[in-house]
Amino acid sequence: MNNLVIWPIIIPLIAGLILILFRKNILFQRLLSILAIIGIGVVSVSLMSQIKGNGIQTLQAGGWAPPYGISIVADMFSAILLLSSSIVALFCLIYSFRSIGEKREKHYFYPFYLFLITGVNGSFLTGDIFNLFVCFEVMLISSYVLISLGGTKLQLRESIKYILINVLSSSLFLVAIAYLYAMLGTLNFAHLSLRVAEAGQDGLLTTVSLLFLIVFGMKAALFLFFWLPGAYSAPPTAIAAVFAALLTKVGIYALFRTFTLVFYHKPEVTHFIIGILGALTMLLGAIGAIAYWDIKKILTYNVIVGVGFIIAGLASQTPNGIMGSLYYLIHDILIKALIFLLGGAIIVITGTSKLKEISGLIRNHPYLGWMFFIAALSLAGIPPLSGFLGKVFITRGTFEAGYYWLGGIGLLTSLMVLFSIMKIFMNVFWGETALSKEMEKGTTKGLMFPIGCLTALTITLGLGAEGIHEYVQIAADGLVNPSLYIEAVMAGAK
Amino acid sequence: MNPNDVILRSVTKVAIVIILTFSIYLFFGGHHNPGGGFIGGLSVAAGLVLLYLAFDIETVRKNIPVDFKKVAGLGVLLAVLTGMTSIFAGKPFLNQTFGYFNLPVFGKTELATAVLFDVGVALAVIGTAVTIILSISEDG
Repeated sequence: MNNLVIWPIIIPLIAGLILILFRKNILFQRLLSILAIIGIGVVSVSLMSQIKGNGIQTLQAGGWAPPYGISIVADMFSAILLLSSSIVALFCLIYSFRSIGEKREKHYFYPFYLFLITGVNGSFLTGDIFNLFVCFEVMLISSYVLISLGGTKLQLRESIKYILINVLSSSLFLVAIAYLYAMLGTLNFAHLSLRVAEAGQDGLLTTVSLLFLIVFGMKAALFLFFWLPGAYSAPPTAIAAVFAALLTKVGIYALFRTFTLVFYHKPEVTHFIIGILGALTMLLGAIGAIAYWDIKKILTYNVIVGVGFIIAGLASQTPNGIMGSLYYLIHDILIKALIFLLGGAIIVITGTSKLKEISGLIRNHPYLGWMFFIAALSLAGIPPLSGFLGKVFITRGTFEAGYYWLGGIGLLTSLMVLFSIMKIFMNVFWGETALSKEMEKGTTKGLMFPIGCLTALTITLGLGAEGIHEYVQIAADGLVNPSLYIEAVMAGAK
Repeated sequence: MNPNDVILRSVTKVAIVIILTFSIYLFFGGHHNPGGGFIGGLSVAAGLVLLYLAFDIETVRKNIPVDFKKVAGLGVLLAVLTGMTSIFAGKPFLNQTFGYFNLPVFGKTELATAVLFDVGVALAVIGTAVTIILSISEDG
């Protein structure tokens, strides 16, 4: 029992609830939400050190023994995701102070931002599949509000699509849980894993696992990503950045949890299909990224490519592939927020997102330009930066597993991603300076600080990969050996 | 137009007492009989909606001067804080405790901290339901 495990869920929840009571006091709202997110970061750092020292930390909510109550489980995988998501959430929050506007701030922007974080953290920490569903809903309902908050025409149109898709996939999730409960009679992840191992993963269970693949694939934008480009280009930059950094990652986390812990007995069926979907996601995402001449569209398609790449590591099911996925997941959370914030800053300056109407920003905005350049190289996986190590390990893992085509497509799409992001860089920052200082539509004052911090982080993460290697290794070991997780959770039963 | 709805208003004045009493009965019966925070809160909200139908919104707002958005927030806050008290007692989150007390009117009564959690749920349900009704009834 360790009550620290629950804090990442209740800190943002309580802070959000308090903020509902003080709607008009914007200064207090900003202060408390920053404090809450820093608090989550501190808790997740101390969780990481506890897990490193004493193994996986669990909490049985209400004191009920494991398969009967809800287990809250923090293994290294969740703790790493908690830390990186709270860092990104902090910088997107700082970015939103300047960019979100007073009208949105007074209409409960900060409470819903914190509820979104509550849902994300809850999904990372829960050890129970139905509780995962509940945390998904907490996250999704907050995201419905954030996507439509402000009520512009574009936001309303895209939020209807987004809500329809998510209501559909949530009901499929519920149906899948019902099938699973009817067959195995339990909802706890650890107990599910034991039951599946006892019963053997027969055709019926594999079918249910594919239903979960569809559900989580829809949330994570794995192949079923048709809803994503529209939905992520509608809300204001700070919100879109948080969505790009966190929401799809929760779907990826759920895929990793279910397919490394519960349904890992028939990799020739499930993991092969995951591999095919990953390859298609990468290819289609990359084609989308190079096809458009619109900053927002290019960035959203890059989110999709990242999802496919991380999933390729899961499909390989080798220690190297999983470790690569972890490295890439951390990098991807940071870099997706960073490029969305950068893209948002460009749009603030120029007032348009069409590449052909912008040129020569480097003369007046050298820092923005070079930070975009670093982010672009990092996104493509150029060696000293953070994207490199993940790509190497994932490619190695897929080759070891014999999926040469998957690794090959990964490398090919890296080139396409580099091309798409360099297209933005060359068009926006090089060329004749079309926009003099006086003609600019907005100022980047206050926006540069979070962007600079995230850029510094992606450089440190690349150079200091050795420093986090130990933690990533522990997380990867936990994912490769499900017995560690099961023992830690079931220890409370004795 | 000023319709004469004296019958509706008179019936409402009687019915509202019955509805609110029944909802309190449902709320406290939750541990041993069908009922609990959700349905209790929902029937209170139904009573309030009847008041809004029979009288106009301004009149009811003047007599029940409560911001229902804050009621919902306070409800959830209460529920979470009840869960948190067990942390400070060194127990797992959401643990609950109960005891038997001799109360003046009721005699020996079982009191459980789960009721506080249920009060939070009920407040959240009342706040949410009434907020929805009030927001969609206001003309933009």
